[in-house]
Amino acid sequence: MTVAPVVPGGIPAAGGPQASPLGPADRVGTPGAATAAGAVGGGTVPVVPVMPGRTPFLAAFAAVYRGQLSRGKVARMPLMFVATLQSVGILLLLRGVVSVSDVTTCAQVVAGCTVLVVAFVALNLLAQRFGALRAAGALDYYLTLPVPGTAVVLGTAASYATFAVPGVVVTAVTGALLFDLPLSGLWVLAPVALLAGGSLAGIGAAAGLLAPRPELATIAGQLGMSIVLFLGIIPSDRLPGVGWLVRDVLPSSYAVDALTETFLPSVRWGIVALDLGVCALVAVVTLAAAAGALRRAGTA
Amino acid sequence: MRSFAVRGLTRRHRAGDTVVVANDRIDLDVPAGEVFGILGPNGAGKTTLVRLMMGLLRPDEGSIELFGHDVVARPDLPARLAAYLGQSDLALADLPVATAVETTGRMRGLTKAAARAERDAVLDELGLTGVAERPLGKISGGQRRLACVATALVGSRPMLVLDEPTTGLDPRSRRAVWAALRRRRDEAGVTVVLITHNVLEAETVLDRVAVLDAGRVIACDTPGRLKALVDSDVRLELAWREDPPDDDPTVRWLGAEATRAGRRWTVRMSPEQAREALALLTTGPAFAALDDFSLATPSLEDVYLSLGGTSRDLERT
Repeated sequence: MTVAPVVPGGIPAAGGPQASPLGPADRVGTPGAATAAGAVGGGTVPVVPVMPGRTPFLAAFAAVYRGQLSRGKVARMPLMFVATLQSVGILLLLRGVVSVSDVTTCAQVVAGCTVLVVAFVALNLLAQRFGALRAAGALDYYLTLPVPGTAVVLGTAASYATFAVPGVVVTAVTGALLFDLPLSGLWVLAPVALLAGGSLAGIGAAAGLLAPRPELATIAGQLGMSIVLFLGIIPSDRLPGVGWLVRDVLPSSYAVDALTETFLPSVRWGIVALDLGVCALVAVVTLAAAAGALRRAGTA
Repeated sequence: MRSFAVRGLTRRHRAGDTVVVANDRIDLDVPAGEVFGILGPNGAGKTTLVRLMMGLLRPDEGSIELFGHDVVARPDLPARLAAYLGQSDLALADLPVATAVETTGRMRGLTKAAARAERDAVLDELGLTGVAERPLGKISGGQRRLACVATALVGSRPMLVLDEPTTGLDPRSRRAVWAALRRRRDEAGVTVVLITHNVLEAETVLDRVAVLDAGRVIACDTPGRLKALVDSDVRLELAWREDPPDDDPTVRWLGAEATRAGRRWTVRMSPEQAREALALLTTGPAFAALDDFSLATPSLEDVYLSLGGTSRDLERT
């Protein structure tokens, strides 16, 4: 047990080595120490507890991720099966419509279906999850732990994404085989899934956290997923003007474009990098917004 | 030394056009190292009060200090100094008990080894070792609540703020929680603020209790001193097998004074009056209709009612 020196009255001594406004442990970062009234300097004076430090991002992220992963085995496996089946089903459907000789269109269909699996998880499931937590008043659990909000959002999103990985791979490989596309660029799936997942997860989490009712969170998630579905799979050159506009503001479009590019005979890596850069930027912004929404929703 | 110092705390809830004053100019001092209770019926504003104290809500007026730190200006500080147990456990519902406790410890900054050691200790302390690997959602309601208490105890904070920690627990688990709280206070000087609407809990574990009614603190003292306020009265409880005879003067006298719940009457009176009433009842015609009776010394419930408390949904068991 650590005893923090204080001045009578229970306020940490100002100035000198104890000048931290939050008490001594704020700087040394000693978690979990508590003090009782005790004798300091020969007389009994009140003693304030040391201030436990904030839990660093990585440790908090790992704890949230691990916890969520353990609950996912039961709760999410069937959903992932549905997500994969949905995308593979769309692939099979379009195989009968799209000509294999139109490589660009085929590439976009496969890329769109692959990103759809990510959207199912990141938009739909996360919006539902955070909407339910908010409605039940269960956000208090996270808000009363000394962890960054981004760690909560990202840890939850990452655990959901982990369950999406098999579906993403299965969809991409099935699609490439169905439409005679090369599999050599498939490693791009990793950054695409990660960055598209990040940007959509931020939107999904924020929608769930800000929706006043859980049903609205569910609707928002499903609507978002439908938009990703249509704008991702319909070849971009066949969209009307307003569709183009929406497609350009949708972060998943950049993931679809990056993945489409890797299926083409001559890959323009500069375009891939640029598209992924946009995804990364959007991911940072939307995840930060979701972390802000976490506190706002919990304390509203 | 004080842990929490609350002054003039007011919080209004707005729902459409109506405004409900959930907390109304509350002043409260929680001495450090005490088990401090907030007692009151449902809707008295207890949860709003502790959520304000934890920085989860912003007050409309008033100030809150925790160990000298301004909670209103820095609502993130209670998360570092205090462990909080809320009423909803949805965030943990699908997690195995051991994982819930361990990851909560990790989020309070414990190393992996320390989190595991504390997890094992607290599960053992609360008798949860047998269900450690089962998800919270798949165990009984009482065990589920107990597992949530375990998550609040891990990571040893100097302050515990617990919203009805023993609701739904069987008597044995309830005692295990009380013992765990007392142990932390005695051995580590931990301060505990707990919400209860259970009179027995308030009388058994609390060093001090604030009685809340309709958003206001109507009394705050040790349970013993509060009970001394109504010490001269006793509580006579009567359970009737059938409707008692109206024409019996004793029945009429008691009936006028009693608060009734079906055929169960409760009358507060001086010991002399109670003795007289019992003598008349047991020797008169009403005795045939009487199923059971009991005479009890005052409880915090009597204090609550004598102070003007209005609702009657405090628990006694």
